[in-house]
Amino acid sequence: MSYDTPFNEMYLPDGQVRPHYAALAEWIEHTPSERIHNMRDAANMLFHRVGITFAVYGEEAGAERLIPFDMLPHVIPGEEWRMLEKGLRQRVKALNAFLHDVYHDREILRAGRIPEERVLQNKLYRPELVGIDLPNHIYAHIAGVDLVRAGAGEYYVLEDNLRTPSGVSYMLENRKMMMRLVPELFAQQSVAPVEHYPDLLLDTLRSVAPANVESPVVALLTPGQFNSAYFEHAFLAQQMGIELVEGADLFVADDVVYMRTTRGPQRVDVIYRRIDDDFLDPLAFRPDSVLGVPGLVSAYRRGRVTLCNAIGTGIADDKSMYPFVPDMIRFYLGEEPLLNNVPTYQLRNREDLEYTLAHLSELVVKEVHGSGGYGMLIGPASTERERDAYRLRILDNPESFIAQPTLSLSTCPIFVDQGIAPRHIDLRPFVLSGKDIVMCPGGLTRVALREGSLVVNSSQGGGTKDTWILN
Amino acid sequence: MMLSRTANHLYWMARYVERAENTARILDVAYRMSLVPKESRLADQEWFAPLNITGTLYPFSGRYSQVNAQGVLRYMVLDPDNPSSIFSCARAARENARAVRGSITSEMWEVINGTWLEMQRLTEERLASERVLEFFEWVKERSHLFRGVTVGTMLHDEAFHFNRLGTFLERADNTARMLDVKYHVLLPSVQDVGGAVDYYQWAAVLSSVSAFEAYRKVFRDVITPLRVAELLILRDDMPRSLHACMNEVYDILQKLTSASQHEASRLAGEMHAALHFGRIDIIFADGLHEYLTDFLRRVHQLGGEVNLAFFSARAQKQAVA
Repeated sequence: MSYDTPFNEMYLPDGQVRPHYAALAEWIEHTPSERIHNMRDAANMLFHRVGITFAVYGEEAGAERLIPFDMLPHVIPGEEWRMLEKGLRQRVKALNAFLHDVYHDREILRAGRIPEERVLQNKLYRPELVGIDLPNHIYAHIAGVDLVRAGAGEYYVLEDNLRTPSGVSYMLENRKMMMRLVPELFAQQSVAPVEHYPDLLLDTLRSVAPANVESPVVALLTPGQFNSAYFEHAFLAQQMGIELVEGADLFVADDVVYMRTTRGPQRVDVIYRRIDDDFLDPLAFRPDSVLGVPGLVSAYRRGRVTLCNAIGTGIADDKSMYPFVPDMIRFYLGEEPLLNNVPTYQLRNREDLEYTLAHLSELVVKEVHGSGGYGMLIGPASTERERDAYRLRILDNPESFIAQPTLSLSTCPIFVDQGIAPRHIDLRPFVLSGKDIVMCPGGLTRVALREGSLVVNSSQGGGTKDTWILN
Repeated sequence: MMLSRTANHLYWMARYVERAENTARILDVAYRMSLVPKESRLADQEWFAPLNITGTLYPFSGRYSQVNAQGVLRYMVLDPDNPSSIFSCARAARENARAVRGSITSEMWEVINGTWLEMQRLTEERLASERVLEFFEWVKERSHLFRGVTVGTMLHDEAFHFNRLGTFLERADNTARMLDVKYHVLLPSVQDVGGAVDYYQWAAVLSSVSAFEAYRKVFRDVITPLRVAELLILRDDMPRSLHACMNEVYDILQKLTSASQHEASRLAGEMHAALHFGRIDIIFADGLHEYLTDFLRRVHQLGGEVNLAFFSARAQKQAVA
């Protein structure tokens, strides 16, 4: 599966432009580089003024940075997208079925398809949720599934993000920026619109309100303005026309959740929360949480309020559960998975551990509970010292790690000072599950800006691009 | 209906923008007064006025050795540790705006964020004498722009009213302080009362609140302290007068509803009525400085009542029960 030359999204191996990039290639050829330079500057200035920034942890409090934006879009032919969309819907449907199952009858465990203790002993499994019936049996209302292409261009699912996936605001703002900068390209070809995402999201959130609520009140719960994704929280709340609340704006009385308003308490029915489980309710989880709402979990368990995403979804997107997703699809849907998993070594298994330790310089090793690109080892890019240090960490606690072959991620060109140059990318489409499963044609394309780098996370120097699905 | 916290941020966002503008106006008038030729023993005495009327002479003295143009400008414009410096106001306005990004229009956000980005680039050279007036103009323009964009783009709903409430309460406070400048700036000698310097100082007060032309239009006569005070206190068609500000504050409080706003509304009504039926000769008989001091106390009290009625968490749980 490992290839020396990564798949190039724009060019065929013989240097010809792929048909779906033809219009773009022509535009690049005919546009003076000076104009492109000016547009890059204009984009940066606009993003700064609009305040599309993210906070960086570990730097001076309140430090804000722009996520670098690259003007060359990631283009996907319509047919290819339809295949991806089908696969993503299938996958998220199975993951929701799995979540409902492990908090109810545990059929998949009883059938022996997944070792019971891996689920029930996992710290991400929330016993508080056992037996609780959620509207439409949906747990992961918003899923952001990371896709990559490797080898000769085949797609793989890298991660299922089912807790509080972020990045959708960049999908929307990048599109807005591109339409402002290069309207002529949109006139030439039919790019599927993404602007209706906030409407789809609001519909989804409303559709999972507690039973018998006629016009549900929805609020977005944020940890506050120093959170790295605060811009996105404020943006989405505004786009949907719902209140952006912090923990202190909410309180619970008799298992009903209220917002504090200028006219007194107002009932809240659905909370789109962008706070981790642990911080939701100091009475139920971390008692030191000042972000949460005391009594929220009790109201939730009694079905008086819906949380999106549900509590306890982490058990399904945990890296130790990832290898079982294809089996979940077969078990719950009776279908063959349409999207590939990356082969994964589970270091809790003796054989896998031995293989991994012997091939550290070829593999990517990740912490089971980690996210955001923190704490991983990229074998081919590591020094011997780093590998030795990491080896000790693995041996200390093998079950906390998985390993995967180093995928040679596909590349897409970006603008650099001397023209264009290929960089590795991935794609995060968003899947919304309420009464139905709906998707926006597109997603967030992240790009590793450093030459040769495989890390696309914004916290690690990644940038973003607009994603075009051609009709 | 809106979140108490949101209302609070909107109110303070507007207050800080207005405060930045008025600090620029106060400094502008001090600067203009300092240009009047005088004996050296009185040099720099105008620079006490901005500190006195904003109540910051004490903290200033703790950090700067001498009251002069350079020190006062640095302290009241650039000093990040002075919570009411123009720099700090721009930052606070921006922080409040950021906390309610979802409740203001993107145009409003861009004005406030753009001002803050520009402010961070401000250096002491820009405060050098030949450019300082230009800088005050810039601050005023940004504030005008903010209010224009607010009125022109924001839905005129409750969020708008809280924003405007902040603007006019802050402006009432600031106009009163501005008018009090004269009390704190000494004339070179008793003979100068009614003389050229006196005239010049009252004219500077008028200009500082953009009321010079209005004065000429209304009175068509020479500048006298009594008329300046009448214009800036009692005339309700003068946009920065105390009467005009309290008109707005009173109206806004009528439009807003809360379970516990009675005292805020009553107090605003009382202040409004006193201005509506007030007479300038009576105000002068009791002393202008005393009148303004009392007015400032009431504005402060009203701010406290607004806080209790709309922003504090106290009333909420009782309402559910």
